[in-house]
Amino acid sequence: MVDDACASSHQRNKNGGVNNLDRFIAPSFCHPLSHMSTQISSSPHLAHSRHDVLVVDNVFKQFGGPLAPVIAVDHVSFGVRQGEFVSVIGPSGCGKSTLFSIIGGLLTDYEGEVRIGKDRINGPHPAVGMVFQEESTFPWRNVIDNVAFPLELIGVAKSERMDRAHHFIKMVGLASFEKRMPSELSGGMRQRVSIARTLVSQPKILLMDEPFAALDEQTRLLLGDKITQIQQELNQTTLLITHNLTEAVQLSDRIVVMTYRPGRVKRIIDIDLPRPRTSDVVSSDAFGHYVAEIWSDLREEASRGMTESENSAAQVHAHG
Amino acid sequence: MHMANVMKNDRLIPMLCGALCVVGAFGVLELLLRFDIINRYIVPLPSDVLGAFGRIVVEEDVLARCRETAYEMGVSAILVILIGIPIGAVLYRFDSLRKALEDWIAALAAAPIVLAFPLFLVLFGRSSTTVIVMSIANGLAPIILKTTEGLMSTRPVLINVGKSLRLSQRQMFWSILFPSALPLIFTGIRLSWTFVLISVVGVEFLINLGGLGQLINDLAERYDMAGTYAAIGFVILVSVVFFVCLEHIERVMGRRA
Repeated sequence: MVDDACASSHQRNKNGGVNNLDRFIAPSFCHPLSHMSTQISSSPHLAHSRHDVLVVDNVFKQFGGPLAPVIAVDHVSFGVRQGEFVSVIGPSGCGKSTLFSIIGGLLTDYEGEVRIGKDRINGPHPAVGMVFQEESTFPWRNVIDNVAFPLELIGVAKSERMDRAHHFIKMVGLASFEKRMPSELSGGMRQRVSIARTLVSQPKILLMDEPFAALDEQTRLLLGDKITQIQQELNQTTLLITHNLTEAVQLSDRIVVMTYRPGRVKRIIDIDLPRPRTSDVVSSDAFGHYVAEIWSDLREEASRGMTESENSAAQVHAHG
Repeated sequence: MHMANVMKNDRLIPMLCGALCVVGAFGVLELLLRFDIINRYIVPLPSDVLGAFGRIVVEEDVLARCRETAYEMGVSAILVILIGIPIGAVLYRFDSLRKALEDWIAALAAAPIVLAFPLFLVLFGRSSTTVIVMSIANGLAPIILKTTEGLMSTRPVLINVGKSLRLSQRQMFWSILFPSALPLIFTGIRLSWTFVLISVVGVEFLINLGGLGQLINDLAERYDMAGTYAAIGFVILVSVVFFVCLEHIERVMGRRA
């Protein structure tokens, strides 16, 4: 199994999917616990290749004035290949959401580059479809009108946009709820409506910011299945921002682990679990190994975050 | 079938209870008046008021007066929307303007504008225009404030959805901000219309001009208490018509939005 994983990593290189990350995989990583090919991202500039459809290159973002600067994202680099599912994981306060806003074009004041093809992201890009953490359906529109909204904006004829909306509603498993208002749906169903609304305009890259954060674990796993199925069906390039370990491992081809503030790339991990994948994968040994491995990285960062938060709370308390 | 009956009963029973309560209250009032516990010179007998409805329709040309009051109410109610919502939207759009004017507009809502009627009489003469202008002045503040509040309370994530879809400012307003603010805008319209309706009748009463307000004034001066209360009943009737129309518009707008 170990050999298979290492071989598959090299095979990808042979097949032309040349990834700079793979070049840096040290042979020592091919041991039982790391049939996942990993690399400590000490060379962030090399974390993407010319085959990437989305390139995050040396991105830096700082908030606050010169007297009290807070570095949210510190020279982060990675790439996402066509059809790949990449997750960015990190503790609270590591700049994940800032990175989401930068890639989505909602934050334009940053250093470095985010590129889609040859375009530098400097505002929302038509190739990027965004799914937000908060519930984002329009409460005044029913399900089908919500999903058809992006098509309505670009003037697609009513019959065509209804057909296309219907197709994606069916894809997310809400075919019998087309005429329902969002207030009549559960949180998970509303999030599926948001996903269908994003997919209907067929974006090149699907960008999701903790879309299942408000949902219970069971719904999360089932929605994960749905997302995996859709991603494979559409060969959809997807970037997921999350703090959930199981969700990241269940869904991803690669996971970018970030440090606590300032947010840097700590490690990029290939998830070599078989596809097509379902939530059954969570009971496999390999899944458990991946989760343990990522947690060992995250634990240190999350502890640091917690300590810093406690210290600042104590300082605030001390100053009265 | 059974469910439909249950739902029908769910609506019917409270309605019947409400009607019975009103009838009961009038019955109690009638008894209190007949036993001289309440002075009949101040409060007329409900049965007399009921009888006065027919009388004032015939003798006081109530329907024409209703039309006149309804016309003034209608014009004021429409203008208050046409003026108030754009001002609210402008205040939302320009932060510094909002900060400068918001408190003044809130003060306008609390100001007893009706006391300035001599000024309006000088400016617009003793005409329907005075009634309409004063009513608009009375009803404008709530709709402006509620429109601004509604637009400002649009959830940031919905605005981000709009940005991610690269909406123009116009599209953002009509597709996201306005529908999102609509419930609060309608609250503003309800408040404004209440002020407008009170103001129309009040100003008619004060300047003794035109519709039902003038009739109430006339009947009160003649000490026709039953007629006065019956005329007030017609004011309530016109108000009910207005608010039923508003509810209908709200439903239609809700569906369209």
